[in-house]
Amino acid sequence: MTAGYAHPLERPLPRRNALLRGRWRERSVLPGFPLALGITLAWLGAIVVIPLTALALRPWDAGLGGVWATLTSPRVLASLRLSFGLSALAALLNLPLGLTVAWTLERYAFPGRRLLDALVDLPFALPTAVAGIALTALSAPNGPLGQLAARVGLKIAYTPLGIFVALVFIGLPFVVRQAQPVLAEFDREVEEAASTLGATSAQRFWQVMLPALAPALTSGASLAFARAVGEYGSVIFIAGNMPMQSEIAPLLIVTKLEEFDYAGAAAIGLAMVVISLAALAVVNALQAVLAARSRPGATT
Amino acid sequence: MPRTPGSASRRGVLSALAGVAMAAPLLSPRQVRAQALKPVQLLNVSYDPTRELYKDIDAAYSAYWKQRTGQSVTVLQSHGGSGAQARAVIDGLAADVVTLALAYDIDSIARRAHLLPETWQSRLPENSTPYTSTIVFLVHRGNPWKIRDWSDILKPGITAVVPNPKTSGGARWAYLAAWASALKAPGGNEARARAYVTEFYKRVPVLDAGARGSTVTFAQRGVGDVLVCWENEAHLAQAEFGADKFEIVVPPISILAEPPVALVDKVADRKRTRTIAQGYLNFLYSPLAQDLIGKNFYRPRNPEAAAKYAARFPKIPMVTIADTFGGWTKAQATHFADGGVFDQIHKG
Repeated sequence: MTAGYAHPLERPLPRRNALLRGRWRERSVLPGFPLALGITLAWLGAIVVIPLTALALRPWDAGLGGVWATLTSPRVLASLRLSFGLSALAALLNLPLGLTVAWTLERYAFPGRRLLDALVDLPFALPTAVAGIALTALSAPNGPLGQLAARVGLKIAYTPLGIFVALVFIGLPFVVRQAQPVLAEFDREVEEAASTLGATSAQRFWQVMLPALAPALTSGASLAFARAVGEYGSVIFIAGNMPMQSEIAPLLIVTKLEEFDYAGAAAIGLAMVVISLAALAVVNALQAVLAARSRPGATT
Repeated sequence: MPRTPGSASRRGVLSALAGVAMAAPLLSPRQVRAQALKPVQLLNVSYDPTRELYKDIDAAYSAYWKQRTGQSVTVLQSHGGSGAQARAVIDGLAADVVTLALAYDIDSIARRAHLLPETWQSRLPENSTPYTSTIVFLVHRGNPWKIRDWSDILKPGITAVVPNPKTSGGARWAYLAAWASALKAPGGNEARARAYVTEFYKRVPVLDAGARGSTVTFAQRGVGDVLVCWENEAHLAQAEFGADKFEIVVPPISILAEPPVALVDKVADRKRTRTIAQGYLNFLYSPLAQDLIGKNFYRPRNPEAAAKYAARFPKIPMVTIADTFGGWTKAQATHFADGGVFDQIHKG
């Protein structure tokens, strides 16, 4: 609105640098900064910081030893491995698939395109329990998909594979919706220039498109990952919920609550937050590197 | 963009205010007169499979109360895993009455939130359990695996479906029934019982959170050869999905399940519903409610209702939680608490 950026990707970086240099004290040309910042801090505080602080304080009721014992019990470790492992795998699978969907929707004109485009949001809109029940009904041994899978000796529902399917389902829109605007705004002339310079279509994709898309794809995948880690509703129906095998960490939290072990539940919750934050920090760092690399390379 | 809607909504608010101001003086005298007979809502927080039972009972109670006092009562129902429901009440769900799967869960409400006295179970007849039930098997038509007894479930190749005892009250009864079957078998002892439940749970591929979830997994998703469940749930599944699809097998020994009911004193006093809520619980013991209980496949306490539905409920030896397990507190600590026998089964 005020400053015209040459490329949408340039926007976050200068701002972040400005922040780092401590220039946020300078008067903004836009009015209302104190009010806006005040509301932002109050709102984030109420919605995010206070609950997270409560979560961070709660586990220590059980003492350091209690927290350690909870987190290192084989069952908790197995569930954390399952939740984070499958979430990462699902996010990784959604990268190429989500990009393909976004590409198809942005680059081609065909009848039903807008309908397909609307369908992408369905995993967002559907109550997760509905998604879980539908996926379970489909992939149970007597469901259509389950019967097909059984023919090749695969079980989907009530196995970790079922959890994976549910996590791929809920993660897809994140990648698609992150990639779409970048694809839409991407300057076709750049691609055309690349082909006049003799780039093959593979080179155009790998060396021209992908660097520009990389930050959006990583942020889409990390959103999908974050959502999948915390996902409960859709997974719980399809998982089987067997300890050590198909029990996700959020279910273990619910189980601990049922045992009135609030400290244990909070300990697992806190561990998940810490692991998620660490994973997101890594992804953010990666994204910053990719963004920095893609800017000069893609446009000049 | 919000230019015209802004003024429109302001006008709307003003006219609404005017409407309230005009209506208020008209309404208030009548309201005062109706105060005594104001419609009342009760919240009954119950466990998973009692939806149908309490739908019948609530309708009957509303009619009964209306006829007796002229006051209309709506009983709202909340259902879920018994432990989860207890926790919801502890965390503030405003239940006037709780009707849960096992006494331990109501004990927890008394102990942790002090919403009712710890002696709650002696306040109503029959240990505050207006009906009993037990744990039976549901198998596919013709009983292809010839499952007649608990030991048959260990035949190679069989998979069994049962909910998670950590979250489901019915699953805890089922676990204890399985344990007792091995304990009371000839030559049975603690070690054998433990070995039996260990083998038993190796045959369970899905642990649903609640009883109804397991029924769906077995009956609709086609998982498993036998569903180990509440007697009422087995009958309901048969009624729902057809007697030509499933058969009920009553094992030669099971457990006497006593799902208790209690008034949540502090909530009822706060909501000023004590009389109506207490009346609701007393009503559960009335001939009318006892008949509905039998109709919904729970074992009535009332001898007449029990006689009427006797054909549904085969008489089998049943162990009790008090005799065989030393009460719920002990059973909970031994078997279901963190690190208890159930957790040890799934280690490694």
